[in-house]
Amino acid sequence: MTSGVQQPSSLWREKASEFAADRVAVVGLLLFVVIVLAALVAPWLAPQNPYDLAQLDVLDARLPPGSAAADGGRYLLGSDEQGRDLLSAILYGLRISLGVGVLSTLIAVVVGLLVGLLAAYKGGRWDSVIMRVVDIQLSFPAILIALILLAVLGQGVGKIIAALVTVQWAYYARTVRGAALAEKNKDYIAAAQGLALPATRIVLRHLLPNCLPPLIVVASVQVAHAIALEATLSFLGLGLPITEPSLGLLIANGYQYLLSGKYWVSFFPGVALLLTIVSINLVADQLRDVLNPRLAT
Amino acid sequence: MLAFLFRRLTQSLLVLAAMSVLVFVGVYLIGNPVDILISSQADQTERERAIVALGLDKPLWAQYGNFVLGAVTGDLGRSFAHGVPALELILNRMPATLELAFVAMLLAVGTGIPLGLIAGLRPNSVVGKTIMAGSILGFSLPTFWVGLMLIMLFAVFLGWLPSNGRGETREVFGVAWSVLTADGWAHLILPAVNLGLFKLSLLIRLTRAGVREALAMDYVKFARAKGLPASRVVGVHVLKNIMIPIVTVIGLEFGSVVAFAVVTESVFAWPGMGKLLIDSINVLDRPVIVAYLLIIVSLFVFINLLVDLAYSALDPRVRLGDAGAH
Repeated sequence: MTSGVQQPSSLWREKASEFAADRVAVVGLLLFVVIVLAALVAPWLAPQNPYDLAQLDVLDARLPPGSAAADGGRYLLGSDEQGRDLLSAILYGLRISLGVGVLSTLIAVVVGLLVGLLAAYKGGRWDSVIMRVVDIQLSFPAILIALILLAVLGQGVGKIIAALVTVQWAYYARTVRGAALAEKNKDYIAAAQGLALPATRIVLRHLLPNCLPPLIVVASVQVAHAIALEATLSFLGLGLPITEPSLGLLIANGYQYLLSGKYWVSFFPGVALLLTIVSINLVADQLRDVLNPRLAT
Repeated sequence: MLAFLFRRLTQSLLVLAAMSVLVFVGVYLIGNPVDILISSQADQTERERAIVALGLDKPLWAQYGNFVLGAVTGDLGRSFAHGVPALELILNRMPATLELAFVAMLLAVGTGIPLGLIAGLRPNSVVGKTIMAGSILGFSLPTFWVGLMLIMLFAVFLGWLPSNGRGETREVFGVAWSVLTADGWAHLILPAVNLGLFKLSLLIRLTRAGVREALAMDYVKFARAKGLPASRVVGVHVLKNIMIPIVTVIGLEFGSVVAFAVVTESVFAWPGMGKLLIDSINVLDRPVIVAYLLIIVSLFVFINLLVDLAYSALDPRVRLGDAGAH
């Protein structure tokens, strides 16, 4: 992979070439990159702005896929009850679904990382209290905890992110604690302690980087879960408000037209959701093999 | 054994208490049920009478105190929307949910373990690979969307099966069951497939991993070397040893099936307690939400306890004293 002139290959470069060895995973990664790019450039890519009412034509409501629009365009994936182009709605919906999923995962990773490091480094009472809370929380399914929180908090983007963070942090805390406990007794930590470095420096500069690989694996799986959970909650009417239409909400919108055979309003947003989740799962599967953290369960 | 049971029960009670405070305070904060439940045309005296009738005039701690006193005696408050005791309302809906969850779990176990066995015994065959690809798809498909697609295919396009409700039921000991009538089964099969699909994928993967591991063990090699028929090697030597993790997962996952029934019940308008929860959240029917959560948390605590006990019965190496840590 690396030629002799270059620096000796870094750990990450080595792992990258190992990752590329599996063709299915690479396809998954490409698909994910395409989806993320499509979401990012949605305003330029989408045929219309689905939330600018001036661009919608009610006469074009509920047209099947491929129908011609009144203004000469074409509804490739059909239109919904307000004459909204479904392809545009999906591209905009992807932005929200991905944004909420990724942001909540990032926050939860940071929270779980700090709490897990604290439990592992402090040990004793800290450790047992934190891990007892983690164990109890993990004995309940994520959807139940999210339902309780949203019943309590109400709707909104901030609230659903808070719920998704609460659901996820315990996985990361447990993973990081496991990794940190294994690393803690190694010589490089003892050496750092021997140098009388401050505890924060030892934890953040020495311990933390070595706990990252298992964390990345768990986080990659959890992003997919977070996206699916957000869609589910939005479908149930407990997630995002109607002003922030994620893919789950688009699917919910089509529910009422399903029985009259107008399948496309629910079908295509679901396919977009499915492709997103499958692509992340494929990448996560290969990451697990490459980084092989036996600690991550 | 007794010490373990006692410790687990204390822990469970603490979880329940913490949960009830959290939920009670939280549900109280999200909105004023008075605005939702009393007609906006009601005059001031009518409003006040309703507030007193619902107990909403008392301070929060007093309401919680009443609630705990009631809960201990089995009274979880009256539903604002239905005017009947919340507990009664939920218990009436519970059989529908349990019925759905049991059939879904049976479906997952009955097909998941054989498929996992095939995939584990022939990992490189086309069949084995197809099963594994299917299980990845089963993991990735969001439950609610699969439910919609099942309705679209079997109820709308093919017209083979009904899309909502429980259908005809037959009463046994005062409880209505759909599994006792043909029409009930027709209504049950789509929701059960929908709810069981995720667990089916999980069981395929679990069984396959267990089989692959067991096949490499010396006792299996020895059994083969003895010339035992393949059916006996697989049935006794392999299956028996992978049953421990599988039984644990089946037990633990049953609780999650009951929780996920919220989604399936909403899609198929199945009149269970999950649909009741969503309806209650939408109208802020506080007593019903709190009662549902307390009941499902109790259910979970109970299931976890049973799984720990089953674990120790299946595997004598497991000591109950340490079981709380897994």
